[in-house]
Amino acid sequence: MRVPPKYAQVLAVALLGAATLLTLVVLVFIIVFVLTKGLPTVNAAFLFTVPRDMGRSGGILPTLIGTVLLPLLALVIALPLGVGTAVYLTEYTRESRVTRMLSFGADCLAGIPSIIFGLFGFIFFVVMLHMGWCLLAGGLTLAIMILPTIIRTSEEAIRAVPNAYREVSFSLGATRWETVLKVVLPNALPGIVTGIMLGIARCIGETAAVIFTAGSSLRMPTSVFDSVRTMSVHFYILAREGISSENAYGTAAVLVISVLAVNLVAYGLMHRFISRRTR
Amino acid sequence: MLVAFSALASLLLIAVFILKEGVPFFFKYGLGHFLFGLTWDPQAGQFGIYPMIVASLWVTLGAMAIGAPLGIAGAIFLNEFVPRSVLRVVKPTIELLAGIPSVVYGFLGVMVLAPFIRAHLGGPGLSILAASVILGIMVLPTVISISTDAIGAVPNSYREGALALGATRWQSVTLVTVKAARSGIIASIILAMGRALGETMAVIMVVGNAVKVPHSALDSARTLTANIALEMGYATGLHREALFATGVVLFVVIMLLNAMATSAIKAGGRRA
Amino acid sequence: MLRQWMSWAGVLFLAGVLAVAGCGKQRAAFTMAGSTAFQPFAEKLADQYMAAHPDVSITVQGGGSAVGVQAALSGAAQIGMADLVTLPPEASPLKSLVVARDGIAIVVSPKNPVTQLTLDQVRRIFNGEIRTWKELGGDDHPIAVVSREAGSGTRSSFEQIVGKVKLTPEAIIQDSNGTIRETVANDVNAIGYLSHGLLNDRIKAVEVDGYLCTEESIMAGHYRLVRPIFLLTRGEPGATSKGFLDYILSEEGQSMIHSNGLIRAK
Repeated sequence: MRVPPKYAQVLAVALLGAATLLTLVVLVFIIVFVLTKGLPTVNAAFLFTVPRDMGRSGGILPTLIGTVLLPLLALVIALPLGVGTAVYLTEYTRESRVTRMLSFGADCLAGIPSIIFGLFGFIFFVVMLHMGWCLLAGGLTLAIMILPTIIRTSEEAIRAVPNAYREVSFSLGATRWETVLKVVLPNALPGIVTGIMLGIARCIGETAAVIFTAGSSLRMPTSVFDSVRTMSVHFYILAREGISSENAYGTAAVLVISVLAVNLVAYGLMHRFISRRTR
Repeated sequence: MLVAFSALASLLLIAVFILKEGVPFFFKYGLGHFLFGLTWDPQAGQFGIYPMIVASLWVTLGAMAIGAPLGIAGAIFLNEFVPRSVLRVVKPTIELLAGIPSVVYGFLGVMVLAPFIRAHLGGPGLSILAASVILGIMVLPTVISISTDAIGAVPNSYREGALALGATRWQSVTLVTVKAARSGIIASIILAMGRALGETMAVIMVVGNAVKVPHSALDSARTLTANIALEMGYATGLHREALFATGVVLFVVIMLLNAMATSAIKAGGRRA
Repeated sequence: MLRQWMSWAGVLFLAGVLAVAGCGKQRAAFTMAGSTAFQPFAEKLADQYMAAHPDVSITVQGGGSAVGVQAALSGAAQIGMADLVTLPPEASPLKSLVVARDGIAIVVSPKNPVTQLTLDQVRRIFNGEIRTWKELGGDDHPIAVVSREAGSGTRSSFEQIVGKVKLTPEAIIQDSNGTIRETVANDVNAIGYLSHGLLNDRIKAVEVDGYLCTEESIMAGHYRLVRPIFLLTRGEPGATSKGFLDYILSEEGQSMIHSNGLIRAK
């Protein structure tokens, strides 16, 4: 029996809408759950004082700083490398067996559990290179961990830029590098930002790899050679060792709010950038 | 070029590191015993990971069965059937899900989902089903945001062409847009699958980690990643090598899944 | 875009310069790492010690007992922390010091009518020989055994003291005190074990051989499920770390350990 296209459309849209709604309901449930459990603990003192008594009382200031610094450092390392690799793979090489193998390898690494990255970082950076547990070792490890995501998403975004754009740019006498810089990358920006957001999110949410490389010291970091504890690690330790569920959920609530803030800022910047270009 | 190679070299370094630590174990213990052994008892020197391979596959498939349809449906709906401004608000909100630490999902699983499953469906609650649901939710942001980008990148002229030929909106979506965005959608699924297979902390909390071959979705089981993370903190000697070897197996499983997906793209490409 | 990257690189470089400059400060510093069970205690002890000795800087890291042993051996940490009944053979070059003890409580849901077990019953429950609560005078429900991961200090201590434990493959494994507590609190059929400092009203400790897991019964030697917490150093501890170790064993250090849920070393 053939369903007339019109009814098929109504049915399909209803199904898709229902699926989207379900996704949103789950999302809202999780956020509301975390916030209702956590927000009562959160106030200015919680945010801006140092933890006391194993984190049972006091605030989360050092972990807040750690959560800002560590993903930032990872991103500063991973972003140029990742986008550069994606540009190289898409713009400077023809699709060949080698490039296919390379992106295949990157895909595979995306699935390696973070604890393995953590162990690698521990043995390579912390012990072999004598860095000790520190921001730098953590940043490098996390950078390697998010590279596959950044490479893959940037690659997709760059491939999606229509070839006509490049051809126009070449015909105007631009070099390949100028084309990449002024035409390809700006047009691929939304996709690259998605990759960045996923990467930052993964760094912020990561626990295993961070504990092994950046450590879990509650002290305030003063240099990249100091150990830090991120909010995720703080939540992990508080909740798992059963130290204080109030402060654990408070930390989770702050975490959710900061990720939201990061997302909003990034999107705001991106839209301003796009609208300025198209004007 | 230097940049590309240093990035790839660092990835290669990790791969070599895992292989170096894990592969010798295959020869010492015997690949067959390792892959198809039913007993995992490190203290007794028994390292069979068959139950965990089965569990990992079930959990990953379950997660994808939940996450992929929901995610792709969401991406299509948000791109094609609602105003742009809605997408602009909803997409960042969904990406927010990716920033919630997996430990938080794990606790939600233990406190809300597992008791629910135990009360309504039976079994211990901490089960393959619980892990699949939690992972399915966790991979949603990956699927939705990458698919959304891919669908959004399809030039509007394609859709207009289809509509001009008399197709309904839905026909233009299935016949044109999704086909054109296929590579991106599949990339999102591959990344999500990698995420599901590789996720550790949340899975450890909700899957129960019993070392036995699961018989139903309500059984407790242990995945490959959970096995590594649970015991790596303590393992020494042969036990440690066995855990790295588990990592190698995981790597191979991921490679196989990716190869399958890649060839699926190619086969699809030829037909289109 | 490029300019943005370059400015980032500049920021990173500056941060590096500042970092190197910051290392010039002269302070006696050392690192502790290992057991996640003792980590919070070490942090608090370190804070108290540093308040009294502003010239000393102590960094505390987690990672687990094996990391404690490895870090002490490799010198990544000057003091390793481990919570095992017996230390692994590779720890033999290390000097060990018992700084606290920890009781292991057998816990069930508060809704479970069973209140006491013998050590032998505990063994048979965890071996999967006793499978329903009815056999123990409770309701007719299957027992859900919850244990820790292989190698965990709590688990190996538990198995060693209970003796002849061959954990049933049906057992659910959780990898921390906190998740064990959540699992048992949420499942009326569950039985598990955890550090006695984590007991609260959401779970119920059962008597083992007639004794509850309390400070008194442990000190008196009646309650048998107890494990030591070791601090490990490579060779004799240096002057700075020696001062800290002495502080931990002092009355002030021990009473802090005691008031936060662990048991005095002696």
